[in-house]
Amino acid sequence: MDISNTLDQKNGIKIVAFLCNWCSYGGADAAGTARLKQPPQVRIIRIPCSGWINPLYPLKAFNEGADGVLISGCHPGDCHYAEGNYYARRRLEVLGHFLPFMGIDPQRFRYSWISATEAQEWQALITEFTEKIRELGPIKKHVEVS
Amino acid sequence: MRIGVFVCHCGSNIAGTVDCPRVVEAARGFPHVVYATDYTYLCAESGQDLIKTAIQEYSLDRVVVSSCSPKMHEETFRRAARQAGLNPYLVEMANIREQCSWIHSDKEAATRKAIDLVRKGVFKVSRDQELFPSFFKVNKDVLVIGGGIAGIQAALDAAQGGHRVTLVEKDQTIGGNMARLDKTFPTLDCSSCILTPRMVDVAVNESIELLAYHEVEEVKGYVGNFDVKIRRKATYVDWSKCTGCEECVGKCPARIYDKFNQGLGRTKAISLPFPQAVPKKVTIKKDFCHFFLKGKCRVCEKVCQFEAINFDDQDQIIERKVGAIVVATGYEAFDPIAYLEYGFGKYKDVITSLQYERMVSASGPTMGHIKRPSDGEEPKTIVFISCVGSRDRAKGRSYCSVACCMAMAKQAILTKEHIPDSTSYLFYIDIRAGGKGYEEFVDRAREEYGAQYVRGRVSKIYQKGKKLVVKGTDTLLGMPIEIEADLVVLAVGIAPPQDAPELAQKLNISYDQYGFFVESHPKLRPVETNTTGVFLAGACQAPMDIPASVAQGSAAAAKALGLLAKDELEASPIVASVEIKRCVGCFKCEAVCPFSAIQRQELRDGIMVSNVISTVCKGCGLCGVACPTGAIKVNGFTDEQILAEMEALLL
Repeated sequence: MDISNTLDQKNGIKIVAFLCNWCSYGGADAAGTARLKQPPQVRIIRIPCSGWINPLYPLKAFNEGADGVLISGCHPGDCHYAEGNYYARRRLEVLGHFLPFMGIDPQRFRYSWISATEAQEWQALITEFTEKIRELGPIKKHVEVS
Repeated sequence: MRIGVFVCHCGSNIAGTVDCPRVVEAARGFPHVVYATDYTYLCAESGQDLIKTAIQEYSLDRVVVSSCSPKMHEETFRRAARQAGLNPYLVEMANIREQCSWIHSDKEAATRKAIDLVRKGVFKVSRDQELFPSFFKVNKDVLVIGGGIAGIQAALDAAQGGHRVTLVEKDQTIGGNMARLDKTFPTLDCSSCILTPRMVDVAVNESIELLAYHEVEEVKGYVGNFDVKIRRKATYVDWSKCTGCEECVGKCPARIYDKFNQGLGRTKAISLPFPQAVPKKVTIKKDFCHFFLKGKCRVCEKVCQFEAINFDDQDQIIERKVGAIVVATGYEAFDPIAYLEYGFGKYKDVITSLQYERMVSASGPTMGHIKRPSDGEEPKTIVFISCVGSRDRAKGRSYCSVACCMAMAKQAILTKEHIPDSTSYLFYIDIRAGGKGYEEFVDRAREEYGAQYVRGRVSKIYQKGKKLVVKGTDTLLGMPIEIEADLVVLAVGIAPPQDAPELAQKLNISYDQYGFFVESHPKLRPVETNTTGVFLAGACQAPMDIPASVAQGSAAAAKALGLLAKDELEASPIVASVEIKRCVGCFKCEAVCPFSAIQRQELRDGIMVSNVISTVCKGCGLCGVACPTGAIKVNGFTDEQILAEMEALLL
């Protein structure tokens, strides 16, 4: 199955994913090692912990033209740093509610928990999320504020 | 600034999907890039030499290696940079294998993505700073959690290496599941005969502190400096006085479930699990003791000549400081109750392989006589069913439990030795006999001992008179098969202990969907975890048999010894640091830090600011997000760097 789409390439749909070093980045690596095919529109940035995500990052990413932003960390309870993902969960939940005020469709934003062994879960998540963003189309860069 | 970009082909792993020369060409156009090249295998010695030479020849002061995951080779390329005189933290990697070439088939899309990822690396590396590790002192003691054969081996080896070892075992004796076995494959060695001397070695070793009937309560700290809280569970017996004479056991009126014998037979509320227990001390199970339940009895107290009984005993928390931890918590037998079709729990004569093991054992509840639990008669037709709780997606257990095929063959041999006129039928999916002498052992079971192997699964078991009818299919003959059996033995799989995730969370290590602990790398770091200083041994990591568990016990000990051979360890410089000028002393960072790595520091009279203890900080960055003034950053992952990475991707 060829998941890439030249139209997407032309339109430049891009998804930025912030993955924690210990679980989700490992999960994405595991998916690679298992050769699980994934849409090529995703670009991954490695961060130490999902708790390290400043809400500024996803906002800035949208501002600079990302069509979707995904943040993923260890499952609650399994954080490598004991409790970083609890902070992330609360912060990102609030951020999700805040996005419409910024003129950003909250469907373009997702946070999730993927462990280092969940290669298939990662593939399923990223495929589904990319499909969703594809449906929504490229983000409009400038929103007129009246 | 002079950045060098190196693009790896990884044979055809990357070059098969990514047009590497095009990536190099694109990289040459990125800011500050003065040199870019590609190579077949950068991780090979010749590849590393290429990088080192280029660093010197082109006076590179930053390097981007575009190859596999940083989890794979970041250390390799940092070391190469250091050897060429470059600060190793001025190296970044672009993961164009696991997260690009291996997951895409469209060459154009993959190449574009690879170019983006390299640009991201270049943007990040240009904002990297030279970093220098700090050093900290190491505690030389070792904690081993779990006293099965893997933990015993690890404890003995670490003690032999000259370290003090604390061995924590949650049951009242060490020995683990191996103590339950009668014989071991493929040599038919008596399990206790080879295990109990090791158990005694632990007890008499002056460097090993054996804490049986204890559980790990809390683990704080970091490699070289773990602070461990251990709960001593109340035994209601003063172990310093108890001699294990079992006088009390004979008199105790409370008969209870016998966990050691897997529910075959009964034990007492005050008991020893088995005669060779180490330490040989009794405990009272409070939930079943007549005195605790009804307020009177105290028979044990009356008969004990040593005045060892103490009904006022309480749980206690003790603390230990250690430098390394070996986790060897082993497995539990899969509970076959989920297989309704086999009728375990409904038919008394359907038992698990571990129960059968206790039955065959001379020290077991039947004194080594094989008897039907229902009527005590000697069974003549015995059916073994493999893969109960293994290789079965429908039951949520996709993995192979490794040891059961061999255990089943062993039990067929033992059955024939105990009851020469018996016939054993062994239902199997495949016979997995991948070990030294294993295949030969299965051949012996078949040829010398007449084990009847039937390929296929059992669909149903039902009672017919005194017999159990086992219905299945022989998939080699393509025919249904029905066997009237006297006894059915389910070769239950290896399952992680129920509380494995809880322990993993205390230790900050990962576990998979079943509850097995996750190693750092499945091939190259099989006994290490992602938490430095915590090592794995035995079946807590994956199903394995005794030889593998022992090998892993030794391997984990060797890893711990290697770590503790140094007096000081290097602390990663990827930690938080405070820009004092911007700190307003709100100490929000202190409140969120999971490691208590933030210290208050007096700047001048009365003005307090935060300070990060760099050897304690793990670099999670929680403080950085909490900081309202942006005074805290994590080296190597600064806001500036992450925003630059984003910019590079979205150009």
